[in-house]
Amino acid sequence: MQELDTSGLGSVRVTRKSDNVVVIEKDLATEQMVLAMGPQHPSTHGVLKLECLTDGEVITEAVPYLGYLHRCFEKCCENVDYPAIVPYTDRLDYLAGMNSEFAYALTVEKLLDIEIPRRVEFIRVIVAELNRIASHLVAIGTYGIDLGAFTPFLFCFRDREIILGLLEWASGARMLYNYIWIGGLAYDVPSDFLKRVSEFVTYFRPKAVELCNLLTKNEIFVKRTRGIGIMPADVAINYGWSGPMLRGSGVKWDLRRNDPYSIYPELDFNVAVPDGKVSVIGDCLSRHLVRALEMEESLKIIEQCISKMPTAEGFNPRSAIPKRIRPKAGEVYGRAENPRGELGFYILSDGKSTKPVRCKGRSSCFVNLSAMKDLSKGQLIPDLVAIIGSIDIVLGEVDR
Amino acid sequence: MEEGKVFSQSVQQSAAAYAIIHEKFGVAVSAFDANETMPFFEVLDTALWPDIALFMRDHARLKFNYMACLSGVDYQAEEKVGIVCNFESLGLFNHKLAVKVKCARNGGSIPSVAYVWHTANWHEREAYDMFGMLFTGHPELKRILCPDDWEGFPLLKDYKVQESYHGIKVPY
Repeated sequence: MQELDTSGLGSVRVTRKSDNVVVIEKDLATEQMVLAMGPQHPSTHGVLKLECLTDGEVITEAVPYLGYLHRCFEKCCENVDYPAIVPYTDRLDYLAGMNSEFAYALTVEKLLDIEIPRRVEFIRVIVAELNRIASHLVAIGTYGIDLGAFTPFLFCFRDREIILGLLEWASGARMLYNYIWIGGLAYDVPSDFLKRVSEFVTYFRPKAVELCNLLTKNEIFVKRTRGIGIMPADVAINYGWSGPMLRGSGVKWDLRRNDPYSIYPELDFNVAVPDGKVSVIGDCLSRHLVRALEMEESLKIIEQCISKMPTAEGFNPRSAIPKRIRPKAGEVYGRAENPRGELGFYILSDGKSTKPVRCKGRSSCFVNLSAMKDLSKGQLIPDLVAIIGSIDIVLGEVDR
Repeated sequence: MEEGKVFSQSVQQSAAAYAIIHEKFGVAVSAFDANETMPFFEVLDTALWPDIALFMRDHARLKFNYMACLSGVDYQAEEKVGIVCNFESLGLFNHKLAVKVKCARNGGSIPSVAYVWHTANWHEREAYDMFGMLFTGHPELKRILCPDDWEGFPLLKDYKVQESYHGIKVPY
Protein backbone atom coordinates (compact mmCIF):
# COMPACT_ATOMS: atom_id res chain seq x y z
CA MET A 1 0.00 0.00 0.00
CA GLN A 2 1.41 3.37 -0.91
CA GLU A 3 0.35 6.70 0.49
CA LEU A 4 -0.21 9.32 -2.17
CA ASP A 5 0.50 12.98 -1.66
CA THR A 6 -2.49 14.39 0.23
CA SER A 7 -1.07 17.79 1.17
CA GLY A 8 -3.59 20.48 0.38
CA LEU A 9 -6.53 18.10 0.37
CA GLY A 10 -7.51 18.75 3.97
CA SER A 11 -9.04 15.77 5.71
CA VAL A 12 -9.12 13.60 2.62
CA ARG A 13 -7.02 10.47 2.58
CA VAL A 14 -6.21 8.81 -0.71
CA THR A 15 -4.93 5.26 -0.65
CA ARG A 16 -3.96 3.29 -3.68
CA LYS A 17 -5.10 -0.31 -3.29
CA SER A 18 -3.81 -1.55 -6.60
CA ASP A 19 -3.05 -0.15 -10.05
CA ASN A 20 -6.65 0.68 -10.89
CA VAL A 21 -8.36 0.91 -7.48
CA VAL A 22 -7.91 4.07 -5.45
CA VAL A 23 -9.78 4.53 -2.16
CA ILE A 24 -10.65 8.10 -1.18
CA GLU A 25 -11.73 8.62 2.41
CA LYS A 26 -13.30 11.99 3.22
CA ASP A 27 -13.55 13.77 6.59
CA LEU A 28 -11.65 11.00 8.20
CA ALA A 29 -10.30 12.03 11.57
CA THR A 30 -7.26 9.90 12.29
CA GLU A 31 -6.00 9.48 15.78
CA GLN A 32 -2.57 8.28 16.70
CA MET A 33 -2.40 5.35 19.04
CA VAL A 34 0.52 4.13 21.11
CA LEU A 35 1.07 0.42 20.82
CA ALA A 36 3.65 -1.23 23.04
CA MET A 37 5.19 -4.32 21.50
CA GLY A 38 7.22 -6.40 23.91
CA PRO A 39 9.27 -6.90 26.03
CA GLN A 40 7.40 -10.22 26.12
CA HIS A 41 6.25 -10.28 22.52
CA PRO A 42 7.31 -13.58 20.88
CA SER A 43 8.46 -11.98 17.65
CA THR A 44 10.88 -9.59 19.32
CA HIS A 45 13.27 -12.55 19.85
CA GLY A 46 13.92 -11.81 23.50
CA VAL A 47 13.27 -8.83 25.67
CA LEU A 48 13.04 -5.92 23.30
CA LYS A 49 10.34 -3.33 23.73
CA LEU A 50 9.12 -1.32 20.79
CA GLU A 51 6.89 1.64 21.46
CA CYS A 52 4.98 2.13 18.23
CA LEU A 53 3.04 5.24 17.36
CA THR A 54 0.43 4.01 14.94
CA ASP A 55 -2.05 5.63 12.62
CA GLY A 56 -4.48 2.83 11.93
CA GLU A 57 -2.33 -0.05 10.70
CA VAL A 58 0.52 2.22 9.67
CA ILE A 59 3.45 2.86 11.97
CA THR A 60 4.49 6.47 12.16
CA GLU A 61 7.30 5.85 14.62
CA ALA A 62 8.72 2.82 16.40
CA VAL A 63 11.13 3.52 19.23
CA PRO A 64 13.14 0.60 20.62
CA TYR A 65 13.76 0.40 24.38
CA LEU A 66 16.67 -1.78 25.42
CA GLY A 67 18.43 -2.81 28.58
CA TYR A 68 16.11 -5.50 29.92
CA LEU A 69 18.96 -8.00 29.62
CA HIS A 70 21.79 -5.69 30.64
CA ARG A 71 24.22 -7.71 32.74
CA CYS A 72 27.07 -5.20 33.10
CA PHE A 73 29.44 -7.13 30.80
CA GLU A 74 31.87 -4.22 30.59
CA LYS A 75 31.92 -3.62 34.35
CA CYS A 76 32.49 -7.33 34.97
CA CYS A 77 35.44 -7.30 32.55
CA GLU A 78 37.21 -4.64 34.58
CA ASN A 79 37.10 -6.90 37.63
CA VAL A 80 38.36 -10.21 36.26
CA ASP A 81 41.57 -11.38 34.58
CA TYR A 82 41.83 -11.52 30.79
CA PRO A 83 41.24 -15.30 30.46
CA ALA A 84 38.23 -15.10 32.77
CA ILE A 85 36.43 -12.80 30.33
CA VAL A 86 36.12 -15.61 27.76
CA PRO A 87 33.06 -17.20 29.43
CA TYR A 88 31.42 -13.78 29.59
CA THR A 89 31.83 -13.33 25.84
CA ASP A 90 29.88 -16.58 25.33
CA ARG A 91 26.97 -14.95 27.03
CA LEU A 92 26.93 -11.96 24.69
CA ASP A 93 25.67 -13.67 21.58
CA TYR A 94 24.62 -16.98 23.07
CA LEU A 95 23.69 -18.40 19.68
CA ALA A 96 27.24 -17.97 18.40
CA GLY A 97 29.46 -18.44 21.43
CA MET A 98 32.43 -19.76 19.46
CA ASN A 99 32.48 -16.69 17.21
CA SER A 100 32.37 -14.32 20.17
CA GLU A 101 35.24 -16.12 21.89
CA PHE A 102 37.18 -16.06 18.63
CA ALA A 103 36.78 -12.30 18.29
CA TYR A 104 37.85 -11.70 21.89
CA ALA A 105 40.85 -14.05 21.69
CA LEU A 106 42.02 -12.37 18.46
CA THR A 107 41.80 -8.94 20.07
CA VAL A 108 43.86 -9.82 23.14
CA GLU A 109 46.41 -11.72 21.03
CA LYS A 110 47.07 -8.51 19.10
CA LEU A 111 48.45 -7.01 22.32
CA LEU A 112 50.39 -10.11 23.29
CA ASP A 113 52.90 -10.95 20.49
CA ILE A 114 52.47 -14.71 20.61
CA GLU A 115 52.46 -17.18 17.77
CA ILE A 116 49.43 -19.41 17.57
CA PRO A 117 49.99 -23.05 16.49
CA ARG A 118 48.59 -23.69 13.03
CA ARG A 119 46.35 -26.53 14.10
CA VAL A 120 44.73 -24.25 16.67
CA GLU A 121 43.82 -21.79 13.92
CA PHE A 122 42.19 -24.52 11.84
CA ILE A 123 40.17 -25.88 14.75
CA ARG A 124 39.07 -22.37 15.65
CA VAL A 125 37.84 -21.72 12.12
CA ILE A 126 36.03 -25.07 11.95
CA VAL A 127 34.14 -24.59 15.22
CA ALA A 128 33.39 -20.95 14.40
CA GLU A 129 31.96 -21.86 11.00
CA LEU A 130 29.93 -24.71 12.50
CA ASN A 131 28.56 -22.25 15.00
CA ARG A 132 27.79 -19.79 12.21
CA ILE A 133 25.65 -22.43 10.49
CA ALA A 134 23.89 -23.21 13.79
CA SER A 135 23.23 -19.53 14.36
CA HIS A 136 21.88 -18.97 10.84
CA LEU A 137 19.64 -22.02 11.28
CA VAL A 138 18.05 -20.39 14.32
CA ALA A 139 17.74 -17.09 12.46
CA ILE A 140 16.07 -18.69 9.45
CA GLY A 141 13.86 -21.00 11.50
CA THR A 142 12.53 -18.34 13.83
CA TYR A 143 12.09 -15.94 10.92
CA GLY A 144 9.83 -18.51 9.29
CA ILE A 145 7.83 -18.82 12.51
CA ASP A 146 7.45 -15.04 12.73
CA LEU A 147 5.84 -15.09 9.32
CA GLY A 148 3.70 -18.16 9.89
CA ALA A 149 5.82 -20.95 8.40
CA PHE A 150 6.23 -23.61 11.06
CA THR A 151 7.93 -26.46 9.20
CA PRO A 152 11.32 -24.82 8.46
CA PHE A 153 11.70 -24.14 12.16
CA LEU A 154 11.56 -27.84 12.99
CA PHE A 155 13.93 -28.70 10.14
CA CYS A 156 16.38 -26.05 11.33
CA PHE A 157 16.38 -27.22 14.91
CA ARG A 158 16.80 -30.83 13.84
CA ASP A 159 20.00 -29.97 11.97
CA ARG A 160 21.21 -27.47 14.54
CA GLU A 161 21.02 -30.22 17.14
CA ILE A 162 23.70 -32.17 15.25
CA ILE A 163 26.03 -29.16 15.30
CA LEU A 164 25.42 -28.56 18.99
CA GLY A 165 26.18 -32.22 19.58
CA LEU A 166 29.49 -31.89 17.74
CA LEU A 167 30.46 -28.75 19.61
CA GLU A 168 29.47 -30.35 22.91
CA TRP A 169 31.70 -33.27 22.07
CA ALA A 170 34.64 -30.92 21.52
CA SER A 171 34.08 -28.49 24.39
CA GLY A 172 31.75 -30.12 26.91
CA ALA A 173 28.99 -27.53 26.61
CA ARG A 174 26.09 -27.05 24.23
CA MET A 175 25.96 -23.30 23.95
CA LEU A 176 28.34 -21.58 26.39
CA TYR A 177 31.57 -23.25 25.36
CA ASN A 178 34.59 -21.53 26.95
CA TYR A 179 36.58 -23.38 24.29
CA ILE A 180 38.67 -20.81 22.41
CA TRP A 181 41.15 -19.41 24.90
CA ILE A 182 43.61 -16.56 24.51
CA GLY A 183 46.58 -18.13 22.73
CA GLY A 184 45.05 -21.54 22.20
CA LEU A 185 42.20 -23.86 22.90
CA ALA A 186 40.85 -25.57 25.98
CA TYR A 187 41.27 -29.02 24.42
CA ASP A 188 42.23 -30.62 21.15
CA VAL A 189 39.26 -32.00 19.22
CA PRO A 190 38.35 -35.68 19.87
CA SER A 191 40.04 -38.16 17.54
CA ASP A 192 37.00 -38.91 15.37
CA PHE A 193 35.73 -35.32 15.35
CA LEU A 194 36.87 -34.39 11.85
CA LYS A 195 35.34 -37.53 10.40
CA ARG A 196 31.99 -36.72 11.98
CA VAL A 197 32.21 -33.11 10.82
CA SER A 198 32.80 -34.17 7.23
CA GLU A 199 29.86 -36.58 7.54
CA PHE A 200 27.77 -33.66 8.70
CA VAL A 201 28.92 -31.54 5.76
CA THR A 202 27.84 -34.27 3.32
CA TYR A 203 24.53 -34.69 5.12
CA PHE A 204 23.76 -31.00 5.44
CA ARG A 205 24.61 -29.80 1.93
CA PRO A 206 21.35 -30.99 0.29
CA LYS A 207 19.41 -30.03 3.42
CA ALA A 208 20.60 -26.44 3.11
CA VAL A 209 19.27 -26.26 -0.43
CA GLU A 210 15.99 -27.84 0.62
CA LEU A 211 15.64 -25.39 3.49
CA CYS A 212 16.38 -22.43 1.25
CA ASN A 213 13.75 -23.60 -1.25
CA LEU A 214 11.17 -24.19 1.47
CA LEU A 215 11.10 -20.50 2.25
CA THR A 216 12.26 -18.62 -0.83
CA LYS A 217 9.91 -20.57 -3.09
CA ASN A 218 7.02 -20.15 -0.69
CA GLU A 219 4.78 -17.45 -2.10
CA ILE A 220 3.40 -16.32 1.25
CA PHE A 221 6.89 -15.93 2.67
CA VAL A 222 8.08 -13.99 -0.38
CA LYS A 223 5.04 -11.71 -0.31
CA ARG A 224 5.65 -10.95 3.35
CA THR A 225 9.34 -10.08 2.87
CA ARG A 226 9.93 -8.86 -0.70
CA GLY A 227 10.25 -5.09 -0.90
CA ILE A 228 9.71 -4.68 2.85
CA GLY A 229 12.12 -2.64 4.97
CA ILE A 230 14.43 -1.55 2.17
CA MET A 231 17.74 -0.09 3.27
CA PRO A 232 19.94 1.63 0.65
CA ALA A 233 23.62 0.75 0.80
CA ASP A 234 24.98 4.21 1.67
CA VAL A 235 22.53 4.65 4.55
CA ALA A 236 23.36 1.15 5.79
CA ILE A 237 27.06 2.06 5.89
CA ASN A 238 26.31 5.32 7.66
CA TYR A 239 24.33 3.36 10.24
CA GLY A 240 27.35 1.12 10.76
CA TRP A 241 25.58 -2.01 9.59
CA SER A 242 27.69 -5.09 9.12
CA GLY A 243 27.40 -8.76 8.35
CA PRO A 244 24.38 -10.19 6.51
CA MET A 245 22.50 -6.93 7.04
CA LEU A 246 25.05 -4.91 5.08
CA ARG A 247 25.50 -7.60 2.44
CA GLY A 248 21.71 -7.71 2.08
CA SER A 249 21.97 -4.10 0.93
CA GLY A 250 24.34 -5.21 -1.82
CA VAL A 251 27.65 -4.19 -0.24
CA LYS A 252 30.22 -6.92 -0.73
CA TRP A 253 31.89 -6.53 2.64
CA ASP A 254 32.99 -9.40 4.80
CA LEU A 255 35.69 -9.05 7.44
CA ARG A 256 36.91 -12.55 6.67
CA ARG A 257 37.79 -11.24 3.22
CA ASN A 258 38.25 -7.48 3.63
CA ASP A 259 40.11 -7.39 6.94
CA PRO A 260 41.35 -10.96 7.02
CA TYR A 261 42.34 -12.66 10.24
CA SER A 262 43.45 -16.15 11.26
CA ILE A 263 43.75 -18.48 8.23
CA TYR A 264 40.90 -17.02 6.19
CA PRO A 265 43.24 -15.61 3.49
CA GLU A 266 44.22 -19.20 2.59
CA LEU A 267 40.64 -20.32 2.14
CA ASP A 268 38.49 -20.04 -0.92
CA PHE A 269 34.92 -18.89 -0.40
CA ASN A 270 32.49 -16.39 -1.85
CA VAL A 271 31.04 -13.38 -0.11
CA ALA A 272 27.32 -13.91 -0.55
CA VAL A 273 25.35 -10.93 -1.80
CA PRO A 274 21.86 -10.99 -3.30
CA ASP A 275 21.71 -10.67 -7.08
CA GLY A 276 18.38 -8.88 -7.14
CA LYS A 277 16.62 -11.56 -9.20
CA VAL A 278 14.36 -12.88 -6.45
CA SER A 279 14.51 -10.00 -4.02
CA VAL A 280 14.75 -6.24 -4.10
CA ILE A 281 18.29 -5.31 -3.01
CA GLY A 282 18.22 -4.22 0.62
CA ASP A 283 14.87 -5.69 1.63
CA CYS A 284 14.03 -8.34 4.23
CA LEU A 285 14.15 -11.14 1.67
CA SER A 286 17.70 -10.15 0.61
CA ARG A 287 18.90 -10.37 4.19
CA HIS A 288 17.28 -13.77 4.54
CA LEU A 289 18.86 -14.94 1.28
CA VAL A 290 22.33 -13.86 2.39
CA ARG A 291 22.01 -16.04 5.49
CA ALA A 292 20.76 -18.98 3.47
CA LEU A 293 23.63 -18.66 0.96
CA GLU A 294 26.24 -18.16 3.66
CA MET A 295 25.58 -21.59 5.13
CA GLU A 296 26.83 -23.14 1.89
CA GLU A 297 29.99 -20.96 2.02
CA SER A 298 30.61 -22.07 5.61
CA LEU A 299 30.37 -25.70 4.51
CA LYS A 300 32.99 -24.97 1.84
CA ILE A 301 35.31 -23.41 4.43
CA ILE A 302 34.92 -26.37 6.79
CA GLU A 303 35.72 -28.86 4.02
CA GLN A 304 38.90 -27.00 3.07
CA CYS A 305 39.97 -26.77 6.71
CA ILE A 306 39.55 -30.51 7.20
CA SER A 307 41.72 -31.31 4.18
CA LYS A 308 44.44 -28.75 4.96
CA MET A 309 44.66 -29.26 8.70
CA PRO A 310 47.99 -30.37 10.23
CA THR A 311 47.95 -33.67 12.15
CA ALA A 312 47.58 -33.92 15.90
CA GLU A 313 51.06 -35.35 16.33
CA GLY A 314 52.85 -33.64 19.20
CA PHE A 315 50.12 -31.05 19.37
CA ASN A 316 49.33 -29.30 22.60
CA PRO A 317 46.40 -26.88 22.31
CA ARG A 318 47.66 -24.93 25.33
CA SER A 319 51.32 -24.67 24.30
CA ALA A 320 51.16 -20.99 23.30
CA ILE A 321 49.02 -19.83 26.22
CA PRO A 322 51.14 -17.55 28.43
CA LYS A 323 51.37 -18.51 32.12
CA ARG A 324 50.28 -15.07 33.14
CA ILE A 325 48.39 -12.95 30.64
CA ARG A 326 49.56 -9.39 31.09
CA PRO A 327 49.41 -7.50 27.78
CA LYS A 328 51.74 -4.61 27.06
CA ALA A 329 50.43 -1.12 27.73
CA GLY A 330 48.34 0.12 24.88
CA GLU A 331 44.98 -0.13 23.31
CA VAL A 332 43.53 -2.17 20.53
CA TYR A 333 40.33 -2.53 18.57
CA GLY A 334 39.95 -6.05 17.29
CA ARG A 335 37.04 -7.60 15.48
CA ALA A 336 35.77 -10.63 13.67
CA GLU A 337 32.93 -11.51 11.36
CA ASN A 338 30.16 -12.99 13.48
CA PRO A 339 26.94 -14.47 12.13
CA ARG A 340 25.26 -11.17 12.96
CA GLY A 341 27.99 -8.86 11.76
CA GLU A 342 31.09 -7.23 13.14
CA LEU A 343 31.75 -8.08 16.76
CA GLY A 344 34.53 -5.85 18.02
CA PHE A 345 36.32 -5.40 21.30
CA TYR A 346 38.09 -2.23 22.36
CA ILE A 347 40.61 -3.09 25.07
CA LEU A 348 42.70 -0.62 27.02
CA SER A 349 45.59 -2.12 28.97
CA ASP A 350 47.89 -0.28 31.38
CA GLY A 351 50.67 -2.87 31.06
CA LYS A 352 50.81 -3.54 34.80
CA SER A 353 47.54 -5.22 35.65
CA THR A 354 46.21 -8.62 34.63
CA LYS A 355 42.79 -7.02 34.23
CA PRO A 356 41.80 -4.69 31.41
CA VAL A 357 41.31 -1.04 32.31
CA ARG A 358 38.49 -0.90 29.80
CA CYS A 359 36.88 -3.56 27.65
CA LYS A 360 34.10 -2.46 25.39
CA GLY A 361 32.08 -4.89 23.36
CA ARG A 362 30.97 -3.45 20.03
CA SER A 363 27.87 -5.45 19.39
CA SER A 364 26.70 -6.01 15.85
CA CYS A 365 23.01 -6.35 16.74
CA PHE A 366 23.11 -3.18 18.85
CA VAL A 367 24.31 -1.20 15.86
CA ASN A 368 22.03 -2.96 13.38
CA LEU A 369 19.01 -2.37 15.60
CA SER A 370 19.71 1.34 15.85
CA ALA A 371 18.30 1.78 12.35
CA MET A 372 14.90 0.52 13.55
CA LYS A 373 13.39 3.99 13.68
CA ASP A 374 14.13 4.67 10.02
CA LEU A 375 13.31 1.16 8.84
CA SER A 376 9.88 1.04 10.42
CA LYS A 377 8.56 4.45 9.43
CA GLY A 378 5.44 4.12 7.28
CA GLN A 379 5.34 0.32 7.43
CA LEU A 380 2.37 -1.82 8.44
CA ILE A 381 2.33 -3.49 11.85
CA PRO A 382 2.69 -7.04 10.44
CA ASP A 383 5.61 -5.81 8.33
CA LEU A 384 7.29 -4.58 11.49
CA VAL A 385 7.47 -8.19 12.62
CA ALA A 386 9.11 -9.11 9.31
CA ILE A 387 11.64 -6.30 9.74
CA ILE A 388 12.63 -7.21 13.32
CA GLY A 389 13.00 -10.84 12.29
CA SER A 390 15.25 -9.90 9.39
CA ILE A 391 17.59 -7.93 11.67
CA ASP A 392 18.11 -11.19 13.57
CA ILE A 393 18.79 -9.70 16.97
CA VAL A 394 20.08 -11.54 19.99
CA LEU A 395 19.25 -9.43 22.99
CA GLY A 396 22.11 -10.90 24.97
CA GLU A 397 24.45 -9.05 22.64
CA VAL A 398 22.35 -5.91 22.25
CA ASP A 399 22.11 -5.30 26.00
CA ARG A 400 25.38 -6.97 27.05
CA MET B 1 55.94 9.61 13.56
CA GLU B 2 59.36 8.98 15.07
CA GLU B 3 62.26 8.93 12.65
CA GLY B 4 64.13 5.75 11.87
CA LYS B 5 61.45 3.38 13.09
CA VAL B 6 59.88 0.93 10.65
CA PHE B 7 56.10 0.86 10.64
CA SER B 8 53.75 -1.53 8.95
CA GLN B 9 51.82 -0.51 5.88
CA SER B 10 48.55 0.01 7.74
CA VAL B 11 50.17 2.47 10.17
CA GLN B 12 51.69 4.37 7.23
CA GLN B 13 48.26 4.62 5.62
CA SER B 14 46.81 5.94 8.88
CA ALA B 15 49.66 8.44 9.10
CA ALA B 16 48.95 9.66 5.57
CA ALA B 17 45.28 10.15 6.45
CA TYR B 18 46.26 11.98 9.61
CA ALA B 19 48.56 14.28 7.65
CA ILE B 20 45.59 15.53 5.59
CA ILE B 21 43.59 16.27 8.74
CA HIS B 22 46.59 17.91 10.43
CA GLU B 23 47.20 20.12 7.41
CA LYS B 24 43.66 21.48 7.63
CA PHE B 25 43.18 21.77 11.40
CA GLY B 26 46.75 22.38 12.64
CA VAL B 27 46.99 22.79 16.40
CA ALA B 28 43.38 21.68 17.01
CA VAL B 29 44.58 18.08 16.73
CA SER B 30 47.38 16.42 18.67
CA ALA B 31 50.41 14.70 17.18
CA PHE B 32 49.88 11.31 15.56
CA ASP B 33 50.42 8.35 17.88
CA ALA B 34 51.90 5.70 15.62
CA ASN B 35 51.46 2.39 17.34
CA GLU B 36 50.89 -0.93 15.63
CA THR B 37 47.72 -1.92 17.45
CA MET B 38 45.59 1.21 17.13
CA PRO B 39 47.09 4.38 15.60
CA PHE B 40 45.21 7.44 16.79
CA PHE B 41 45.22 11.18 17.30
CA GLU B 42 43.41 13.31 19.84
CA VAL B 43 41.15 16.27 19.18
CA LEU B 44 42.53 19.03 21.43
CA ASP B 45 39.96 21.70 20.59
CA THR B 46 36.76 19.76 21.28
CA ALA B 47 34.57 22.51 19.81
CA LEU B 48 36.04 21.66 16.39
CA TRP B 49 35.20 17.94 16.67
CA PRO B 50 32.05 18.09 14.46
CA ASP B 51 34.00 20.01 11.79
CA ILE B 52 36.79 17.47 11.90
CA ALA B 53 34.23 14.67 11.73
CA LEU B 54 32.54 16.14 8.65
CA PHE B 55 35.94 16.75 7.05
CA MET B 56 36.94 13.13 7.72
CA ARG B 57 33.73 11.81 6.25
CA ASP B 58 33.58 13.99 3.16
CA HIS B 59 37.15 14.76 2.07
CA ALA B 60 37.85 13.08 -1.25
CA ARG B 61 41.01 11.38 -0.01
CA LEU B 62 39.72 10.39 3.43
CA LYS B 63 36.08 9.22 3.07
CA PHE B 64 35.80 7.72 6.52
CA ASN B 65 32.23 6.62 5.87
CA TYR B 66 32.08 3.91 8.51
CA MET B 67 32.31 4.37 12.27
CA ALA B 68 33.15 0.93 13.57
CA CYS B 69 33.05 1.68 17.26
CA LEU B 70 32.74 4.46 19.80
CA SER B 71 33.85 3.61 23.33
CA GLY B 72 33.69 5.78 26.40
CA VAL B 73 36.76 5.70 28.63
CA ASP B 74 37.37 7.02 32.14
CA TYR B 75 40.80 8.68 32.42
CA GLN B 76 40.70 8.98 36.19
CA ALA B 77 44.33 10.07 36.60
CA GLU B 78 43.83 13.00 34.19
CA GLU B 79 40.46 13.92 35.80
CA LYS B 80 38.88 13.39 32.39
CA VAL B 81 36.45 11.17 30.57
CA GLY B 82 36.54 10.69 26.85
CA ILE B 83 35.53 8.76 23.78
CA VAL B 84 37.59 6.65 21.42
CA CYS B 85 36.18 6.34 17.91
CA ASN B 86 37.41 3.82 15.34
CA PHE B 87 36.92 4.81 11.73
CA GLU B 88 37.51 3.23 8.41
CA SER B 89 36.65 3.83 4.81
CA LEU B 90 34.41 0.96 3.86
CA GLY B 91 34.97 -0.18 0.31
CA LEU B 92 36.82 2.97 -0.81
CA PHE B 93 40.22 3.17 0.86
CA ASN B 94 42.18 0.82 3.07
CA HIS B 95 43.07 3.27 5.83
CA LYS B 96 41.82 3.11 9.40
CA LEU B 97 42.16 5.75 12.06
CA ALA B 98 41.13 6.18 15.68
CA VAL B 99 40.20 9.52 17.21
CA LYS B 100 40.07 10.45 20.88
CA VAL B 101 38.05 13.29 22.34
CA LYS B 102 38.24 14.09 26.03
CA CYS B 103 36.34 16.37 28.38
CA ALA B 104 36.19 17.23 32.09
CA ARG B 105 35.19 14.39 34.37
CA ASN B 106 32.34 16.18 36.12
CA GLY B 107 29.74 17.74 33.86
CA GLY B 108 32.01 17.92 30.84
CA SER B 109 30.57 17.90 27.35
CA ILE B 110 31.60 16.81 23.87
CA PRO B 111 29.83 17.92 20.68
CA SER B 112 27.73 15.14 19.20
CA VAL B 113 28.49 13.68 15.78
CA ALA B 114 25.24 11.71 15.57
CA TYR B 115 24.24 13.62 12.43
CA VAL B 116 27.54 12.80 10.73
CA TRP B 117 27.34 9.06 11.35
CA HIS B 118 23.99 7.62 12.44
CA THR B 119 25.89 4.92 14.32
CA ALA B 120 27.11 7.52 16.78
CA ASN B 121 23.56 8.14 18.00
CA TRP B 122 23.22 5.03 20.14
CA HIS B 123 26.93 4.76 20.90
CA GLU B 124 26.92 8.28 22.34
CA ARG B 125 23.83 7.49 24.37
CA GLU B 126 25.63 4.47 25.75
CA ALA B 127 28.75 6.50 26.58
CA TYR B 128 26.57 9.05 28.37
CA ASP B 129 24.74 6.27 30.19
CA MET B 130 27.98 4.73 31.45
CA PHE B 131 30.27 7.75 31.95
CA GLY B 132 28.03 10.82 32.27
CA MET B 133 29.65 13.09 29.69
CA LEU B 134 27.10 15.18 27.81
CA PHE B 135 26.90 15.22 24.04
CA THR B 136 25.77 18.67 22.95
CA GLY B 137 23.47 18.65 19.94
CA HIS B 138 22.51 15.00 20.32
CA PRO B 139 18.91 14.38 19.12
CA GLU B 140 17.80 12.44 22.20
CA LEU B 141 20.40 12.16 24.90
CA LYS B 142 19.01 9.79 27.50
CA ARG B 143 20.05 6.54 29.10
CA ILE B 144 19.90 3.49 26.90
CA LEU B 145 20.96 0.39 28.86
CA CYS B 146 20.29 1.48 32.45
CA PRO B 147 16.81 2.55 33.61
CA ASP B 148 16.04 6.24 33.17
CA ASP B 149 16.03 6.91 36.92
CA TRP B 150 19.28 5.09 37.71
CA GLU B 151 21.73 7.04 39.87
CA GLY B 152 25.37 7.51 38.95
CA PHE B 153 27.38 6.35 35.97
CA PRO B 154 28.38 2.70 36.33
CA LEU B 155 31.64 2.55 34.38
CA LEU B 156 33.34 5.40 36.23
CA LYS B 157 36.22 3.97 38.25
CA ASP B 158 34.95 5.49 41.52
CA TYR B 159 31.33 4.43 40.99
CA LYS B 160 29.41 3.36 44.09
CA VAL B 161 26.23 1.47 43.40
CA GLN B 162 23.09 2.92 44.93
CA GLU B 163 21.70 1.29 48.09
CA SER B 164 18.22 0.62 46.79
CA TYR B 165 16.24 1.04 43.61
CA HIS B 166 12.45 1.34 43.94
CA GLY B 167 12.60 -0.48 47.28
CA ILE B 168 14.79 -3.31 45.94
CA LYS B 169 18.19 -3.78 47.62
CA VAL B 170 20.82 -3.33 44.92
CA PRO B 171 24.23 -4.63 46.14
CA TYR B 172 24.03 -8.38 46.40
